[in-house]
Amino acid sequence: MARKDFLDIVSLDREEIIHLLDQAKPFKDLFTRSVKKVPALNGKTVLMLFYEPSTRTLSSFEVAAKRLSADVTIFDVPHSSVTKGESVRDTIDTLQAMRADYIVVRHRLSGQPAAIARQTGASVINAGDGAHAHPTQALLDAFTLREVHPELPGKKVLIMGDILHSRVARSTSTILDKLGVEVAYCGPGSLVPHTHFKRFTSYDKAMKWGPDAVYLLRVQKERQEAPFYPSDREYHSVFGVTQERLKRISEEGIYVMHPGPINRGVELCDDVLDYERCLISQQVENGIAARMSVLYGLKPQTS
Amino acid sequence: MSLALDPQAISTAVSRLADSIFEASVDGNIDLVGIRSRGDEVAERVFCLLKEKGANVRLGVLDISLYRDDFEHLHENPKLQSSEIDFPVDNSHIILVDDVLFTGRTIRAALDALFDYGRPDSVQLAVLIDRGHRELPVAPNYVGRILETNRLDHVLVRLKNTDGEDALEITSKK
Repeated sequence: MARKDFLDIVSLDREEIIHLLDQAKPFKDLFTRSVKKVPALNGKTVLMLFYEPSTRTLSSFEVAAKRLSADVTIFDVPHSSVTKGESVRDTIDTLQAMRADYIVVRHRLSGQPAAIARQTGASVINAGDGAHAHPTQALLDAFTLREVHPELPGKKVLIMGDILHSRVARSTSTILDKLGVEVAYCGPGSLVPHTHFKRFTSYDKAMKWGPDAVYLLRVQKERQEAPFYPSDREYHSVFGVTQERLKRISEEGIYVMHPGPINRGVELCDDVLDYERCLISQQVENGIAARMSVLYGLKPQTS
Repeated sequence: MSLALDPQAISTAVSRLADSIFEASVDGNIDLVGIRSRGDEVAERVFCLLKEKGANVRLGVLDISLYRDDFEHLHENPKLQSSEIDFPVDNSHIILVDDVLFTGRTIRAALDALFDYGRPDSVQLAVLIDRGHRELPVAPNYVGRILETNRLDHVLVRLKNTDGEDALEITSKK
């Protein structure tokens, strides 16, 4: 029996993850056809419920749903007026009446998508909740890495930046770990939690560990009330991929990933984007395929 | 349950299919597209036989999971595999290949899927087994073997590469 909801990576077993990754491939193949659309979700309704601003994830889900022939409604949440769980409940009651089959939720509170999932028969997909999880990002990251390294077990991925506040770091390291990839964190000491993953606070030491890919996190300016570093230039020189560091990365054939949107001159210098092993634009394309795979794999209990 | 066709009978049916396709071919250029699963294996075997005859054959594979008409009734959506059609579908003459022709619904789905790759000049249908009981206006151009069955019979084809052996079994529901 298929799942109703897709809320986090932790509750998936390895087999389910591999299945979702395998299924994303035929969807990606569709993108090179002149007709990129298939009728699988014809007549189904997908509602986008984004309580936090997002352009990339929202449009990626929108394209994914439309390529499956679903009807997409973007529920424009006035995020200033919605603050507490009670009003989310009311919103969901409204959406029930609209008979949505799938609800894609982004919320700044961890656990909100799960709460919504309990309230509705529609399939709920977590598009990012607080610092908790961003499971479709994790899926697309694993898919992207698997395209360049079909044999994932034993590969090493270094995740760099503000690990503590990042749901991307959390979900992506969880999925990679389940797939047998060695994960390590690197960043300013106060922002790298102590977990069972390797932990570095120096760029050079982290690179000596010999990663196959470096995953740069975005410096989330909007989440920092008290900045953890004095300036963009300072961050760039301590943890950013500078031109000089790019040279070494290139010599060692290391792949570079980033969830976007990027801050040029902070996490990375311009030249990284032209680097042949930079996977950032593949990640965007693969995001659509991975989200199609998730939508296709769920079974709403609405009829 | 009864074994309706043994490996020899299946081989004969595949050969008959290849022969009739070859005889009907005007210029020896033949484009086969097998429908997953098992239609792809039938197509591959026909492909090999046609090559031996000296035809200029191309082979593609179509997965129709995303085009089915019965999603609502399935507990789990069918497992997807890649479609691989490496030649241009526009202006081609395509022969769709499947293992068993029954209601015709698979062929409806396959036509929809194929047309999303381009606009062929013509499409024909070749099936290893025609067991009757159509629910849609679909007729095969080439048939390996016709089997008389009841509407509720379950016809199960097993093929060497997909299932380890060649066999066809009919299970009757009383």
